[in-house]
Amino acid sequence: MDDTDRRLMRASQAGLPLTPEPYQTLAEQLCLSKDEVMQRLTAMQEQGLIRRIAAVPNHYRLGYRFNGMTVWEVPDERIDELGLKVGQLPFVSHCYHRPRHLPEWPYNLFAMVHGKTQAEAEAQIRQIADLLGAHNRGHDVLYSTKILKKTGFRSGQSAG
Amino acid sequence: MDDLDRRIINTLQKGFPICDAPYRRVAASLNLTETELLARLQNLLDDGTLTRFGPLYNAEQGGGALTLAAVKAPAERLDEIAEIINAFPEVAHHYARNHALNLWFVLATETPEQLAKTLAAIAQQTGLTVYNLPKLKEYFVNLHLEA
Repeated sequence: MDDTDRRLMRASQAGLPLTPEPYQTLAEQLCLSKDEVMQRLTAMQEQGLIRRIAAVPNHYRLGYRFNGMTVWEVPDERIDELGLKVGQLPFVSHCYHRPRHLPEWPYNLFAMVHGKTQAEAEAQIRQIADLLGAHNRGHDVLYSTKILKKTGFRSGQSAG
Repeated sequence: MDDLDRRIINTLQKGFPICDAPYRRVAASLNLTETELLARLQNLLDDGTLTRFGPLYNAEQGGGALTLAAVKAPAERLDEIAEIINAFPEVAHHYARNHALNLWFVLATETPEQLAKTLAAIAQQTGLTVYNLPKLKEYFVNLHLEA
């Protein structure tokens, strides 16, 4: 990512312009050509710097009221294999290995689930528990009770 | 939100083309005009159904840093602590959760140094221990939720 990519990121991370030719609009803001903007966005997407250009919904507004961060304590030596399996479950939106903070926080595997009802979320959690089997040494589910902020990633000093 | 809004949300969650007139192309696939799609999209953003629309940057791959952190905010200080945390522009997401660790937030910065500085500043301003839980490995990320 060079300085021009970074300028493009700053100009577009809050959102793509809602104009008929959004890449032309970005190009004008940055004094670049439209072709260069399109080429750079394509390249960043190919390199994984941009996961994708897409809409991000508010889970609650789509009816997903039970958004659970499920956290599991599994053996470190098995976590990669188990994490990949959990991540493949169709209802898991994110799955990560994160550090424990012993003794208070023993959990090292995180998987986000989303249900429209509590029963739906609980059924998803049971499926993860079944998949982990005896490797599950303990787990907890933290439901979000309120979105306090969701602005996406902003960088640069003018961000806010 | 009606069926057309749902179709728009489901389509735009999957991706968006890079071409001269991308809204026109997506609108055509939904049997809409470009103007109708832009108006619907603006409404979905304005009313909070969509929190964002555009390129989703992977902060770490651009040399930036990202972490998940949590604090135990005492019930009587919950609103005050939430406000202190939200005031940091580096805080991208912030959720209240039903656990002793009750405030969970994602920090994104351009450098790892800024991340450490922000975590220290949050600890200092709130007077709370900040649990830092950066991802050690990512197994799966897919933000698509059927509308």
